[in-house]
Amino acid sequence: MALKNSARLLRNCNTKLNFQVKAALSSEPLFPGAKTTWTETLEFTQTSKPIPVYRVMDRRGNIIRESEDPNLPDGTILKMYKDMTLLSIMDKILYESQRQGRISFYMTNYGEEAAHIGSAAALTNDDVVYGQYREAGVLMWRGFTLECYGNNDDKGKGRQMPVHYGNKELNFVTISSPLTTQLPQAVGAAYALKGKNRIVICYFGDGAASEGDAHAAFNFAATLECPVILFCRNNGYAISTPVEEQYRGDGIAARGPAFGIHTLRVDGNDTFAVYNATKMAKELALKENKPVLIEAMTYRVGDHSTSDDSSAYRSPEEVQSWATNDYPTNKLRYYMEKKGLWDENKEKELLDQARKNVLKAFNAGEKKLKPQWTEMFEDVYKFMPKHIRSQMEEMKAHVEKYKEQYPTNKFTS
Amino acid sequence: MAVFTTRTLTLQRLSKLFEKRFISVSKTLSKDMTVRDAINGAIDEEIERDDRVFLIGEEVAQYDGAYKVSRGLWKKHGDRRVVDTPITEMGFAGLAIGAAMAGLRPICEFMTFNFSMQAIDQVINSAGKTLYMSAGMVNVPIVFRGPNGCSSGVAAQHSQCYGAWYSHCPGLKVVAPYSCEDCRGLLKSAIRDPDPVVCLENEIIYNSTFSVSDTALSKNFLIPFGKAKIEIPGKHCTLTSYGRAMEATLLGAHELKKQGIECEVINLRSLRPLDIETIHKSVSKTHHLVSVEQGWPQCGIGAEILACIMESEVFYQLDQPAQRLTGVDVPIPYAIELEKISIPQPKDVVEMVKKLLKK
Repeated sequence: MALKNSARLLRNCNTKLNFQVKAALSSEPLFPGAKTTWTETLEFTQTSKPIPVYRVMDRRGNIIRESEDPNLPDGTILKMYKDMTLLSIMDKILYESQRQGRISFYMTNYGEEAAHIGSAAALTNDDVVYGQYREAGVLMWRGFTLECYGNNDDKGKGRQMPVHYGNKELNFVTISSPLTTQLPQAVGAAYALKGKNRIVICYFGDGAASEGDAHAAFNFAATLECPVILFCRNNGYAISTPVEEQYRGDGIAARGPAFGIHTLRVDGNDTFAVYNATKMAKELALKENKPVLIEAMTYRVGDHSTSDDSSAYRSPEEVQSWATNDYPTNKLRYYMEKKGLWDENKEKELLDQARKNVLKAFNAGEKKLKPQWTEMFEDVYKFMPKHIRSQMEEMKAHVEKYKEQYPTNKFTS
Repeated sequence: MAVFTTRTLTLQRLSKLFEKRFISVSKTLSKDMTVRDAINGAIDEEIERDDRVFLIGEEVAQYDGAYKVSRGLWKKHGDRRVVDTPITEMGFAGLAIGAAMAGLRPICEFMTFNFSMQAIDQVINSAGKTLYMSAGMVNVPIVFRGPNGCSSGVAAQHSQCYGAWYSHCPGLKVVAPYSCEDCRGLLKSAIRDPDPVVCLENEIIYNSTFSVSDTALSKNFLIPFGKAKIEIPGKHCTLTSYGRAMEATLLGAHELKKQGIECEVINLRSLRPLDIETIHKSVSKTHHLVSVEQGWPQCGIGAEILACIMESEVFYQLDQPAQRLTGVDVPIPYAIELEKISIPQPKDVVEMVKKLLKK
């Protein structure tokens, strides 16, 4: 460490000497940090060439260039498809149950299944995930069991609103509601994991990219050289704000090179393209100890959340077009059918089974007891301080005295 | 500058008084040092002790810190342990929180706590609530530290006290060291703590010299949170204070002593958890209470202390209504004369106590 430091000091000395020589000889601009040339043409830069969208398959699931086929084992492809299908079935049931008042809130993942599953499949469970909120598919890929109830089995002890999942064993950091706080934190986690052969992936939306935290995170990831994949799910809308109002540049990808970050734009509805992009991003991040930005272009087919009605700001025709023409799960299914991996019967069987599983888990979850009510006082601090303990004791005595007034039978005792 | 020097001298005289008292009690060796060096030493020792600890912030490495608190640390420990960052508080606070979640123990320096407002969502919503919201799965062992409250002539946006702001929030621990001993003990405890801790220092106090006992010089000298320190015992009136407001409180108490009024001065040290027991005991003895702070009155630390007294049986121990001495309820003025009279001065403490005791 001391050596590294001396090297830095020495480099600074050399820089000072070199600068004088360079200043005398060079005809290039020598402003600090400049990597450019002079020009005598008075012209403002307005646009650069748009960054293309990398894809592997066309709409009908045909591989366009053979060399880009990741040639995944059949088992992996089947798991991808099954998880994507299960995700949308879970979405349907949980969305409807919110409408019935059985849960307070929900967010569907419709249309973004490939972005979740393609990226998750390219990583290992050792890699740390920082999500935004619409990444249930990533958890599903990692083996998270179906849950949306804060019951006694909930490792989250019922502390979060629905969708704010988290699981330490699966290295999925608990979702935080304030938008984009996850980005600088993911960069920090990557900073901590440097040299440990692990990376961090951080998901965020096109709207989140407008927050100051996003710019800070991009810059920190680049300057502190952190092995992190900054994975943007550009789904066209931030609640009601369309991307046309969100930014004027070439999307989120165009910002990467400005921060000195390796960047790729990918078809987020193409599971294999997302898989290839994420796999290469991980290799780059590990090899060079540097961040990589991926902008996955997709479309949010569902409403933002159960608190939203998107018909107020977009036409049903637009939504229908994406739900039918370019739906990621369909694209993968076409591919599988051509390969002889899938047919109508298997589809029917999967749908039936998946529906049954979700309903079974859902109904069982609903019946289970809630966590012990005293849990509300736990985990404010690692060790419960005196003043919180006395609050808890006071509450215990109160509930004991008036127990007939409280639904204590619904809680674990 | 002139004002500055006079004040420093006063403090040195004051610390000499304590030194005498201290030596007569403990009969141990002691060493004079500035608060700046006390903080520097504590960070240095903790970086050495635990490979997970690192200091991060603007200018902390090559420039030795905006107020030279981290002097020499980058040269000694290198890039890995003392990290300069680009400018944006929310960015590096968020980054440090992420590093803490992933198992490191960052000390995140805000050049001043006034700038921490840019990062306040990260501090409260992420550092302060993640353990709870992850159901105990992810803890955030991080220290946010830097100068807090008034400096000297740097106007309203650089002069605010954040004691009340941060101590409002469950999930955070908040300490406000005054002396070198406080700084060493509280900062070391903060760095070793599994929870996020906000450590409110003060730029002016960085230059103050205090005598530090042999015990406090130990590498494992820790001060527990939630435990106040009785700086001076007394029987007529209880004075509570923290951070730089301790100066005015102590000077006021000394002046009062000359006039025959013995104040019990409580250095709160920790604002969350707050050591209300020590205050209760003291008030039960003195029957009078004045809280002193540089922050604003509304929802301030004094407001909290007075409310706690009001809610307890100790209320009946008061001979007179308890009083708050706070910063004036305006943004701190730039003009040095106005700034001075906007925050409690020793004479304000004297006047308040005499008024309360009807002397």
